[in-house]
Amino acid sequence: MKTMEITVTVNGKKHTETIETRMLLSDFIREQLRLTGTHLGCEHGVCGACTVLVNGKAARSCLMLAVQADGCTIDTVESLVKEDGSLHPLQQAFSDNHALQCGFCTPGFMMTLVDFLQENPNPSEGEIREAISGNLCRCTGYANIVKAVEQASQALAKQGG
Amino acid sequence: MKPASFEYLRPASLEEALQYLADLGEDAKILSGGQSLIPVLNMRLSTPKYLIDIARVEGLSYIREEDGYLAIGALTKHVELEQSPLIAKHCPLLLEAVKWIGHPQIRQRGTIGGSIAHADPSAELPCVLAALRGEIVIAHADGEETLTPEEFFLTYLLTSLQPDQMIKEVRFPIISEKAGSAFIEVARRHGDFALVEVAAVIELNEDNEITLARLAAGGANPVPCVLESVEDFLVGKTVDDSLLEEASEMASEGVEPDGDLHGSEAYRRSLVKTLTKRALRTAIQRAGGTTR
Repeated sequence: MKTMEITVTVNGKKHTETIETRMLLSDFIREQLRLTGTHLGCEHGVCGACTVLVNGKAARSCLMLAVQADGCTIDTVESLVKEDGSLHPLQQAFSDNHALQCGFCTPGFMMTLVDFLQENPNPSEGEIREAISGNLCRCTGYANIVKAVEQASQALAKQGG
Repeated sequence: MKPASFEYLRPASLEEALQYLADLGEDAKILSGGQSLIPVLNMRLSTPKYLIDIARVEGLSYIREEDGYLAIGALTKHVELEQSPLIAKHCPLLLEAVKWIGHPQIRQRGTIGGSIAHADPSAELPCVLAALRGEIVIAHADGEETLTPEEFFLTYLLTSLQPDQMIKEVRFPIISEKAGSAFIEVARRHGDFALVEVAAVIELNEDNEITLARLAAGGANPVPCVLESVEDFLVGKTVDDSLLEEASEMASEGVEPDGDLHGSEAYRRSLVKTLTKRALRTAIQRAGGTTR
């Protein structure tokens, strides 16, 4: 078994682990760290369910080896809830707008959108749809997701101001 | 889906990477952004003994203006192309094409060298490179050489890159700011690989007469297809609707698409015609010309 030691900071906590070189970042997050909020759909970069932040930017964790993330900062959906248990404005907006049904795709949408709203705090509907084009949702038909993002962007703007 | 086992190597310099390639050759694969390679590994379409991760090689991520070319380092990410003022100014065709690559998450990690080396015939960057008659700079332990897209792209997912070589730089000739360009594609879903894509560049004189034409189609042949006969036909002509009709008809006859479950041969041929017409019309308008 070919192994390597890596150090990554996940949700603010530093982890040093010896892993198989072939382990995907997604499997490292779920199986090694037991952070099962990150979901795996297609495992070849089509569905977007496994999206996490790598050094602050949204990336598909199934299209990365854990060894490639050595030295990087990773944020997963678990990082969004505050310590007092209150929801992130995006999570609140998804809940308020019925922007999820089965919820499988939701963690991927969250992490894609956290990055997107940082870059573009006041997006148009078209920009939102472009931003989520790499995330598949089979339940909602996307209309409520777009609504939720609009609400979240306003909430975040208020928070920031 | 999990990759087969491999030895992971992470060179810090180009010299070190090339030495690994020289020593390990056919048993090794280069990994950069991994947006094409990791799915291939996950599905075990490839099971290399060694993976050489070049992502941390110094000095291969840049966009520079050099002797009439935009020189782009192999490790430059798609998102960096998208945000580059130099590319917006000197190569709007490339900027327009980059926005069609996958999704934001893919563009965040995928690199130009990786996309060119993967040589998917419907990928955007190879098509733009072919249309503009760009160059690919190849490095190996004993030196460097520069190849044309025609020399480089051999067939589906196959290039003339030897096991001990890697792409170091990709070069796009700078075209006059007066030229207009357009990149259009059709895919089954937004962000999927294109069924067909067309890249066009047109330059006009004051009499609405075409002085320069560049046209290439992707997804229509095993390699990006430069439609040279259509380019030759267009130069010297005055723009009107029948010209576009004739040129796009020629384009659809100049390609040799294969049919697959995503689109039949006839459908792809008809897409080449439709997209050529639209791309040429847009390029002409952007060059300040009129199409009636």
